[in-house]
Amino acid sequence: MQVTLKILRFDPAKDQKPTWHTYQVEAEPWDRVLDLLHKVKWDQDGTLAFRRSCGHGICGSDAMLINGRNRLACKTLVKDLGNVITVEPIRGLPVEKDLIVDMEPFFAAYRAVKPYLINDEPPPARERLQSPEERERFDHGTKCILCASCTTSCPVFWVNGAYLGPAAIVQAHRFIFDSRDRGKRERFKALGSGSGVWRCRTAYNCTEACPREIPVTQLIEEVKRAILFDRF
Amino acid sequence: MAHRHEVIVVGAGGAGLATALYAAREGADVAVVTKLYPTRSHTGAAQGGIGAALGNVEEDHWEWHMFDTVKGGDYLTDQDAAEVFAKEVIEAVLELEHMGLPFDRLPSGKIAQRRFGGHTKDWGKAPVHRAAHAADRTGHMILQTLYQQCVKHNITFYNEFHVTDVILEDGVAKGLVAYELATGELHLFQAKAIVIASGGFGRIYKVTSNAYTLTGDLQAILYRKGLPLEDMEFYQFHPTGLYPLGILLTEGARGEGGILRNALGERFMERYAPTIKDLAPRDMVARAMYLEVREGRGVGPKKDHVLLDLTHLPPEVIEKKLPDITEFSRIYLGVDPLKEPVPVMPTAHYAMGGIPTTLWGQVIRDENNTVVPGLYAAGEAACVSLHGANRLGTNSLGDLVVFGRRAGIHAARFAKDADYHELKADHLGESRERIERIKNSTGKEKVAVLRAELQQSMMDHASVFRTGELLTKQVDILKELMDRYRHISIDDKGEAYNTELVEALELGYLLEVSEALVHSALNRTESRGAHAREDYPERDDANWLKHTLAYKVADGKVTFRYKPVVLGRFEPKARTY
Repeated sequence: MQVTLKILRFDPAKDQKPTWHTYQVEAEPWDRVLDLLHKVKWDQDGTLAFRRSCGHGICGSDAMLINGRNRLACKTLVKDLGNVITVEPIRGLPVEKDLIVDMEPFFAAYRAVKPYLINDEPPPARERLQSPEERERFDHGTKCILCASCTTSCPVFWVNGAYLGPAAIVQAHRFIFDSRDRGKRERFKALGSGSGVWRCRTAYNCTEACPREIPVTQLIEEVKRAILFDRF
Repeated sequence: MAHRHEVIVVGAGGAGLATALYAAREGADVAVVTKLYPTRSHTGAAQGGIGAALGNVEEDHWEWHMFDTVKGGDYLTDQDAAEVFAKEVIEAVLELEHMGLPFDRLPSGKIAQRRFGGHTKDWGKAPVHRAAHAADRTGHMILQTLYQQCVKHNITFYNEFHVTDVILEDGVAKGLVAYELATGELHLFQAKAIVIASGGFGRIYKVTSNAYTLTGDLQAILYRKGLPLEDMEFYQFHPTGLYPLGILLTEGARGEGGILRNALGERFMERYAPTIKDLAPRDMVARAMYLEVREGRGVGPKKDHVLLDLTHLPPEVIEKKLPDITEFSRIYLGVDPLKEPVPVMPTAHYAMGGIPTTLWGQVIRDENNTVVPGLYAAGEAACVSLHGANRLGTNSLGDLVVFGRRAGIHAARFAKDADYHELKADHLGESRERIERIKNSTGKEKVAVLRAELQQSMMDHASVFRTGELLTKQVDILKELMDRYRHISIDDKGEAYNTELVEALELGYLLEVSEALVHSALNRTESRGAHAREDYPERDDANWLKHTLAYKVADGKVTFRYKPVVLGRFEPKARTY
């Protein structure tokens, strides 16, 4: 089938602002959007810039705004989009070139919630014990691939870049609800601050955007509750 | 710009992060140079588990794990490496748990374990539960956990920096040159110790489970500089790549009870490995699949693949223990593994060969184990040699933690007693020239065209089954592709995020590692592990129980030296399962 691929492009060396470029691409219904971007780059215009690595939704490199929704280009198939496809960079992070954005603010928010197990007790000689139920309690958050689809779909984040954003809160949730972790109060400082969880307005965009089917909004609400109950 | 760190690690996959973490714990000033963002590396695509004789489900011993590794490697495995590995991987898994890795749990609260190909109890009698796992996302969890610990230890990261040169003067490693993707600037890195942990090169083949970015950059750079690559002829094809894309479907699917079937519905592995059947090592299963197709029992309109049948498993086992591969099958093929069998075919997966090292990750330059001072390697980029002629499933995740940790500790201690070296020459020049030549070229050759020809020809002539005739043909094809590579040109002349330039550089590396692989494969006139020569179908211990060291002389010209295999506890025997 013939697909019309419209890409919002920006070259900092030449352009004042991003402009739409249109490409005609021969595609199969089961092609990934990533395959179409490769067809443009390899056959038509080598200057097109985008990130990708694993090609099957595991590495989190290629989150893009595709037909108006945040998705991974390698996990979105042509057959689910039709023969006119628009691709833009994810929103709320500075565009560096074409579909590449500056990920540093995103990772700064990630670091702010102390995304590592905090537990100073000397570990046992063998593994720490954890029941399957305790393990299940924080399973959702462990699936996160840090692709930024959630954070860059969040209207609060668009207008306030200081907001930690859904992805960082998901990471915090993963540790707060891990029976082995002792660091929740340290994390609550950042999470309870003016740029923390209370900014969330439960728009649900994040949940809809997540390519790993993490119930992001639910996890944010659970963190809010954990902070509240911790005060009593 | 110039930078200095005591220990610089190239690559931010599992091996690189483990190295960085343990070097930092030793007190070294550590930096990681990576061509991706952290957590984008392909360790994250590993699924099934990390094998360690924890004995949480049933009796197990490190000696059994060592034996399986040596036998799985068709006795080319160095047995000192296998012994160190089988013992230390137990500790390594426990340390990962202490770092917070979310392993699946048994009702007792201990780490859950599953069966995997080639891992057996009682010296091969039956499959054993040895693979510690977190659903089918074990690699993802390892990568995330190690990165979390690197954040905790404030390790410096240079993200999206492509190494273009390793600085060696008078046989000593002194630093790196790297191209910054964001700016197009070349950076000089000085270090007391450098650890190469940049992963494999599956992109030499058309069908691969590997990321687009796995192009053997550092192997090629060292090979061009006259250092050897070890055992490059041994390249693993994973039996269950999702047909036709090659996306990995974990061996854990067969560990949980999945069965391979041909067009007649036969469980054909019963004929090839009567004892452990579908859980035979990967090289044997991949060959069996090729033979089924060749003999006309393939599936589909082209009769060119087979089926992985999970439909007899309880739906909750599939959904709970194999969620990601279930999703891949549904998304990319529209096949629901609960209801119908999944089309699969072998996919290029893992390089057993690579940069030769000691048991502490020190890079060696010859068969006498002469160390290159200050240079280390770990993970898939390295060849210890733990995996010999064929790696067992789960042993790559174990390898990267065990030998990443060893390389990190040794590099940090080495750096403590070392000084930064004076550099005698301008080392940016060669890289700058190579980049400018590509950017200014008006040649007619295209990167994507040459790469596709390389990948197709490697698939046709140097994959699961090989012959002298096909390999000789491929030697000529590679020479021609290298000649044409000199005439490539690119559209993007810009400085910022010139990913087209990066792809051009990567193609150069792919050609180099392909050359080392094909020449080594032509040279080894026997069949062992993943190297199956139809014109030499038998293993030949009298002549070939030795490691290949391939040295580049010029394009198309390779010389060989040989390193003895470290034997020990287990005498080479016929390999049956």
